[in-house]
Amino acid sequence: MSAAGPPRGTNLAPRETAPRRKPHAWGEPTNDPHISNPAASAESPVVPPTDERVRDIGALRRFLSRPEFGSISGAVLVFIVFLLAAGDSGMFSAEGIVNWATVAAFLGIISVGAALLMIGGEFDLSIGSMIGFAGMMLAIPALYWGWPVWVACLFTFALCAALGAVNGYLVIRTGLPSFIVTLAFYFILRGLSLALSTMLTGKTILSNYEGVSLRDLVNGDYLSSTLFSGHVLTGVFNAMAGWGWIAARDGGEALAVGIPKVIVWWLLLTVIGGFVLARTRRGNWILAVGGDATAAKNTGVPVARVKISLFIVTALCAALFAVLQVADAGSAAADRGLQKEFEAIIAAVIGGCLLSGGYGSVVGASIGALIFGMVQIGIGYTSIDNNWYRVFLGAMLLAAVLFNTYIRKRVALGRR
Amino acid sequence: MDIDYILQLEDISKYFGSVIALNGVTLRLKRGEVHCLLGDNGAGKSTLIKTLAGVHLPDKGEYLVDGRPVRFQSPREALDLGIATVYQDLALVPLMSVARNFFMGREPRRKLLGSFHVMDHELAARTAIEKLAEMGIKVRDASQVVGTMSGGERQCLAIARAIHFGARVLILDEPTAALGVKQSVNVLKLINRARAKGISVIFITHNVNYAYPVGDTFTLLNRGKSLGTFAKRAVAKDEVLDMMAGGAEMKELMADLEGVSI
Repeated sequence: MSAAGPPRGTNLAPRETAPRRKPHAWGEPTNDPHISNPAASAESPVVPPTDERVRDIGALRRFLSRPEFGSISGAVLVFIVFLLAAGDSGMFSAEGIVNWATVAAFLGIISVGAALLMIGGEFDLSIGSMIGFAGMMLAIPALYWGWPVWVACLFTFALCAALGAVNGYLVIRTGLPSFIVTLAFYFILRGLSLALSTMLTGKTILSNYEGVSLRDLVNGDYLSSTLFSGHVLTGVFNAMAGWGWIAARDGGEALAVGIPKVIVWWLLLTVIGGFVLARTRRGNWILAVGGDATAAKNTGVPVARVKISLFIVTALCAALFAVLQVADAGSAAADRGLQKEFEAIIAAVIGGCLLSGGYGSVVGASIGALIFGMVQIGIGYTSIDNNWYRVFLGAMLLAAVLFNTYIRKRVALGRR
Repeated sequence: MDIDYILQLEDISKYFGSVIALNGVTLRLKRGEVHCLLGDNGAGKSTLIKTLAGVHLPDKGEYLVDGRPVRFQSPREALDLGIATVYQDLALVPLMSVARNFFMGREPRRKLLGSFHVMDHELAARTAIEKLAEMGIKVRDASQVVGTMSGGERQCLAIARAIHFGARVLILDEPTAALGVKQSVNVLKLINRARAKGISVIFITHNVNYAYPVGDTFTLLNRGKSLGTFAKRAVAKDEVLDMMAGGAEMKELMADLEGVSI
């Protein structure tokens, strides 16, 4: 009670000898420790020359308090481990790097969406199912209905955006945890992918129909071939091969054809996502709705709009993943994207996003995805059994969560 | 009306189903005064604040701002007229920086490379530090997260924010409820500063010891009714306390506590 203000008029004087209780027992969670020292109060007449209420945090501590810190140090660690374990195996040759960077890029694309959504205080467990669904929604119209591929692409993106909006709308309107709402869509969309493709085509893996292959359709379409399939910087790679910097084929062309467009998309989305979060009004809104939706609402942030748009962005990321995957594989399958929702969430958590929202980093999530790519592919270059990959993932997730919680307590909220 | 009232509630009633939350309450706020709204738990303080803030529409009675009747459909409309409410939860996000919190929902923007709208972090940081300094809180680094601030500092941040965004009337909902003695006194100083700036303040509390030093006028609520409005010079602290608790009741209550006097 001591901090409750003078208890209404009751005479406490005789009891002042009671042992001093821990001051501010309940204003405490955030209090600077000096406050227990009465002389340290803000308006105290004894004012030290510097402001005693702000501790000098220091550059190292500042870096430690960055949400990306965990993922950067994790990535460096993983990099060193594989450099030692598989440095001479080709993992770090041009084609090796492109190989694992591509895996990282696919995951990175959905991790950006998942991270933004998580910072905004919500989850989407339906991303993985949506990847399978979106791939089917691209392949069926393109192969069976004769739609131009670019129209089918637009249709896929529009459909996924609508599904994202439905997810978001349901979460906002019902007030239910997004966990449960999107879990429903996790099953609904996976089931729909299988059921619809079986119903419409009799198959669950689509790569060609009546002699026309999906790959040819995608590559024959200007928009989809420009945006989604193939590589960039092929000339540069060939030149580097010519100079003997990287491995070449018999014909003199580089063994690594170039940088796959999925990597370009990944970097682009990371930069845009990071920029929006850190530098724009929309970014401030995302942090606010995730940190405390009521506070955000009371200060005029359009909470519903921000959250629904985050669900849409996440769904669009899943659609982009699917379209790039169809272009890359030349096929669509109803079981694509299995467990990707978890991988994306893990990447976001490794990247420093708090499960409770309001804090995190898009760049961190992308680095989290890079760790995934390195480990998933890198393990094949070593003599380690592939099955250890999942063990590693789980351990990494646990370590990241523990680390995030610790850092948040220690640095971000100033506790010791 | 001779006196210059910035805000008036005239004979306001509010019902929630069969519950009479407010029953013919009248509250008149003079321009530039600190008006303390006192009442024990359940007296109807929250309903009254929410009516003032535009959350509730009164079922009976009239609400006037600057002498003109208003019917607020949302808190936004009240804010637009400069009536800002600082609720107990303060509407601050602990994990966000001081500057981000200060401008939450009303971010200043500038153009980057002539095309992109970005949040003007420098302006936000500068303004937040400046406005907090005016309130007597020194923040060296506006990127400090609000979670590291003390309860009193947070209260100041919320109040400074409301004033910065054009509050003419500041409604403070139990600003001292979660604070220690020293921090509470700081908030009282803050209320004095706000008055000095010409801002009218409604200070809701159930603690007479805090209300008395800063208040110009006191309105007492009890069980949804107003027990009247008193100017400070017309009433002593003990009388206020007695009225708040229902007079005789208080003496009976206290009689049970041996050796404790009011």
